[in-house]
Amino acid sequence: MAQITLIEAVTQALAYEMAHDDSVVVLGEDVGVNGGVFRATQGLQEKFGELRVLDTPLDETTIAGVTVGLAVQGMKPVAEAQFEGFIYPMMEQIACHAARMRNRTRGRLTVPAVWRAPWGGGIRAPEHHSEANEHLFTNIPGLRVVMPSSPARAYGLLLAAIRDPDPVMFFEPKRIYRQYKEEVPDDGEALPLDVCFVLRDGTDVTLVTWGAQVKEALEAADELASQGISAEVIDVATLTPLDFDTIAESVQKTGRCVIVHEAPKTAGFGAEIAARLAEECMYDLLAPVERVTGFDTHIPLFRLEMKYLPSVERVVDAAKRTLAAS
Amino acid sequence: MTIAAKFEIEYLQYLDAEGKQVRDDLPEFAKDLGHMVELYKLMLSTRVFDAKSIALQRTGKLGTYASCLGHEAAHVGIGSAMKPEDVYAPSYREYGAQLYRGVQPREVYMYWGGDERGNDYQKEPARHDFAWSVPIATQCLHAAGSALAFKIRGEKRVAVCTIGDGGSSKGDFYGAINIAGAQNLPLVCVIVNNQWAISVPRKIQSGAPTLAQKGIAAGLFSIQVDGNDIIAVRKAMEDALERARSGKGGSVIEAVTYRLGDHTTADDARRYRGEQEVKDGWDKEPMKRLRNWLVAKGVWDDAKEEAWKAECDEWMDNEVNAYLETKTQPVSAMFDYIFAEVPADLAKQRDYVLSLETKGH
Repeated sequence: MAQITLIEAVTQALAYEMAHDDSVVVLGEDVGVNGGVFRATQGLQEKFGELRVLDTPLDETTIAGVTVGLAVQGMKPVAEAQFEGFIYPMMEQIACHAARMRNRTRGRLTVPAVWRAPWGGGIRAPEHHSEANEHLFTNIPGLRVVMPSSPARAYGLLLAAIRDPDPVMFFEPKRIYRQYKEEVPDDGEALPLDVCFVLRDGTDVTLVTWGAQVKEALEAADELASQGISAEVIDVATLTPLDFDTIAESVQKTGRCVIVHEAPKTAGFGAEIAARLAEECMYDLLAPVERVTGFDTHIPLFRLEMKYLPSVERVVDAAKRTLAAS
Repeated sequence: MTIAAKFEIEYLQYLDAEGKQVRDDLPEFAKDLGHMVELYKLMLSTRVFDAKSIALQRTGKLGTYASCLGHEAAHVGIGSAMKPEDVYAPSYREYGAQLYRGVQPREVYMYWGGDERGNDYQKEPARHDFAWSVPIATQCLHAAGSALAFKIRGEKRVAVCTIGDGGSSKGDFYGAINIAGAQNLPLVCVIVNNQWAISVPRKIQSGAPTLAQKGIAAGLFSIQVDGNDIIAVRKAMEDALERARSGKGGSVIEAVTYRLGDHTTADDARRYRGEQEVKDGWDKEPMKRLRNWLVAKGVWDDAKEEAWKAECDEWMDNEVNAYLETKTQPVSAMFDYIFAEVPADLAKQRDYVLSLETKGH
């Protein structure tokens, strides 16, 4: 069995589902003969033809709105936003139509579509190519917001997203697109949506994160372990609808929580998790909840971007603060 | 001088404002006077329906309502040309087209009366049409996406969308006709140019002498028609649908009409336009010319008019009663259609609201 990267797992999932379901189509800018600027759709047009792997005109609004139309007609479109920072023109179609078509029509019309977008910073990209905006979508009812953090979860969650009867935002952490390889059987097995994955068991502090920061959280857990501190690591994976129970169970055990995300701090999705902990786990907490996040600034151009992104050191420091507090 | 490309926009009209036939080559459907009477009757019932809606709003029985007064020829022309298997993506005042495709007046009342079930059209072919789209011109891309689905599946169906003159300023409209041209999609986009986008007149929307010519930039067949002349609208629609169905590509039709009423019941058009202009609009309105033409052909008269109006009144009274008798949805309905299945986290919020209900909040 071949070892593959996260981006190859995306391609593998798309190819599997297109081969098994004629209604699945891929559309976006440069997704055709070029295979996408990150090669997520490499080889798909050759296999499935120009109509099912469609290079669109260069207009994000068009991609988003055509995706809604395709989905209402019973297709399962997987649209690509070339970079998450280019997604703003898509938002009206996503928020006003994709996310509310089922509700507006009392279930008569539905939008079983996926919007994929390479997400986040850390690849020395130009301006507008490093955004992390998942929080702009987690406040929209009717949308699933999903983010994989490994090749296996990219494969399984993307299959689940395509098969889901409702619209899914699928944000791919491009910093770890090619970070490492693992065995991902091409067996068409989806992973469940709407659940968090506990990646590492621990007893002293819970590190809650998603996307590329899972890497920093796991490394921080290693570092903490070397200092005698046992950290549990949770990959939220589906931000909305949120599986808060898994987070709550962990915090009930550890009494401490550090939330790590790349997006700006204020009103980032970490704020929601912290608020839920305050509402539902107040008396389990032994220390104030910590957030390690991007700052309330625009992500800087790449000479400074690693100063902006949460680092292993910042996560370790925050975890130790929660231990020092109790 | 070398010319890279050259274009022209045809203007199509069969009946002038008085109902005088201005050209002899009537299309086939218009030679069937029985059918023309049916179209007139639907235009008239649309007008009766519209008046009833406004009366409901004025008496507090309907929320804000967008009137279709003056658009009857354009809307019935569009709806009656489509085949059942085609798909329609309207904005929010094209009742004449929608009634033809099976939308029931009670459903219109429910939507504007604050009940999502108004969008759950019960009768085919409206049942597979799009619901009203309030965000301007966004529905053009839903039609383009539908047309792409038909092309991918090799179905001989056409997607039709309508927007207003204001809608033709939006990127969604340009995006839709652009991809329709690039992919040769079976899309018919009708710009129902009623001269006003709330308070902003047509001339402020665009410096282009016609809105139809925007379609030329996208490589689509483009034509301007007298939108108050149902024969012209219907003929342009039939031609456009036939071209699209046979794989010859999409069209943009500009139907020039006039919004005789306010933008919605929340608007007061006297704030921004003069009486004379509205009076001129009434002189050119669509009902009178078709009635004159049918009367001259000997197939319509005052007695038939009154009899049909009475039937329409009865129909609308029935629809109004059905609407007024519709019970409000249970409060849980706001949670039931967010996803195919209510997620656990959302179910907690639903249960909380239900608990408030039982406490009598």
